[in-house]
Amino acid sequence: MTAYIVRRILVSVPVILGVTFVVFALVHFAPGDAVRIMLASERVTPEMAAQLRAYYGLDNPWYTQYFSYLGNLLRGDLGTSVTSRLPVSQSILRRFPNTLQLTFASLIVALVIAIPVGILSATRRNSLLDYLSLTTAMVGVSMPNFWLGLLLLLWLGLQHRLLPIWGIGSLSNGLWDVIRHLIMPSITLGTSLAALLTRLTRASMLEVLSQDYVSTARAKGLAERIVQYKHALRNAIIPVITAAGLQFGALLGGAVIVESIFAWPGMGRLAYEAIQQRDLPTIQGTTLVFAVSFVLVTLVVDMLYVLVDPRIRYD
Amino acid sequence: MTDQVMKGIPGRRDQSTGRVALRAFMRNRMAVLGSMLLCGIVVCAVFAPWIAPHDPLTMKLTHMFEAPGSAGHLLGTDNFGRDILSRLIYGSRISLTVGLVVVGIAATIGSILGLLSGFYGGAVDTIVMRLVDVLYSFPFLILAIAVMAVLGPSIYNVMMVLGLVSWPLYARLVRASVLSLREAPFVEASRAIGAGSLRLMFRQIMPNCISPVLVSAAMGMATAILSTAALGFLGLGVQPPTPEWGTMLSEGKDFIRRAPYMITYPGFAIMLVVLSLNFIGDGLRDALDPRTTHQR
Repeated sequence: MTAYIVRRILVSVPVILGVTFVVFALVHFAPGDAVRIMLASERVTPEMAAQLRAYYGLDNPWYTQYFSYLGNLLRGDLGTSVTSRLPVSQSILRRFPNTLQLTFASLIVALVIAIPVGILSATRRNSLLDYLSLTTAMVGVSMPNFWLGLLLLLWLGLQHRLLPIWGIGSLSNGLWDVIRHLIMPSITLGTSLAALLTRLTRASMLEVLSQDYVSTARAKGLAERIVQYKHALRNAIIPVITAAGLQFGALLGGAVIVESIFAWPGMGRLAYEAIQQRDLPTIQGTTLVFAVSFVLVTLVVDMLYVLVDPRIRYD
Repeated sequence: MTDQVMKGIPGRRDQSTGRVALRAFMRNRMAVLGSMLLCGIVVCAVFAPWIAPHDPLTMKLTHMFEAPGSAGHLLGTDNFGRDILSRLIYGSRISLTVGLVVVGIAATIGSILGLLSGFYGGAVDTIVMRLVDVLYSFPFLILAIAVMAVLGPSIYNVMMVLGLVSWPLYARLVRASVLSLREAPFVEASRAIGAGSLRLMFRQIMPNCISPVLVSAAMGMATAILSTAALGFLGLGVQPPTPEWGTMLSEGKDFIRRAPYMITYPGFAIMLVVLSLNFIGDGLRDALDPRTTHQR
């Protein structure tokens, strides 16, 4: 077990290195000149551009630049924002908890919808309810989240004034304030995941219900409820939790959109603003942090998988 | 499902796998519905100039924000007095084109790399698969957004970036199939009578890897269309005044109080296309692979 975990961690090291290289290359090998992209709106004389290039070390060969970039990363230095002149790491640290709050709320929304509906759908296979939930799930997967977000905002926020349309709640105003602000963004972000997990829960439950040990449990006279919820669900839920973890990346991607709609002060909005202002260091920094958090979550999910399911051993 | 089909037609063994799959596909009501919807959208895209009641770009500042159903404008007009229905109809051209090109790029690169990786193994395999691992570590949309932010928004960049970001899926699928086919008796036989590597790869193995690629291509097109719209919504995609659905939504969000229909219709159009492609993908999977259940 320990050996597996150690090996799994070691495998992620080159992956994370690769990620840093892609993020570095993103700006470095992009057509055009980083200085020009950053200052596209301003007049820059060739001399000024050359000075800036020297200042940012852009006249060194790419591998030197990559290694100094890596060195900076190790020291927690993600560069300085071109617009706010603040260290990128500082802005990210301030915003990251808000994004975590939103993604976890969305994950909970997704699981709370998906697991019960998926189970009902599987245990009443081919019933009207099953068809209804499958079709709804398909619609949910196909619905653009920015559209759903705007519709919610229009309906619940503007027309009925039930929920705040922007910003994040504060605990000093009570827990309800936090939840109130979370409802629309987390539904917007969580819906497609809920739809996906509903389908997965149903499929996984159906597969488990057809296994021998479930028949044995039924044959020895256990109540169907106990068979379904105590025997089958435990195994059926494992792939669902794994998929939920692996879909974390999709949640992070969606966060850029959802945070921009609801003015949620998270990392996604930071990235969105950086894009609007051509703030390359911030774009690089947020992309890197998004990717690395995704790698780490995948790592944790993989490990939990081994802990939860004793049948799996990677030797 | 294929089994049922086979049982349903006793004594007919001359059915090709293609026909069996087609029958299975046609039995899936949702897949048929999806295909019909998609056909309708394709017709709209191809015959846009004849179907659209107005020019999608002509501004009529005297007819701004006309409500849906007003004279001559079934779905109303936008903030420049452009006919929304006509813009939606022309927008289908962009979404479908982008979807096809993106899947084309991704499936070609992915299949070839997956094929090489699975067939040769060793160093080639290691390099390709590590590259896949690295690309997979980025949340898909984040990477697309970052690259678009650097390259600058344009429809060509959208197609290229989404294509280059989404090939790993196909590489993994093809590689997995190749690994199981590489030692298959028919490949061994072919090798024994002297077929070269290229022939083995493209004539013997590749045709047998097509079905998972086909299923993923249908769903990949759905993802590509959604992502294009998402990029457009963020202002990183197709630029105005081109009538791209995501860009239309983005323009509409500034007028959400005054003209909510500016966001409802484009979003609905996106959903319809994506939904039909997902239904088709689902149907294809069930039809082509009798072992799979409804899982994604």
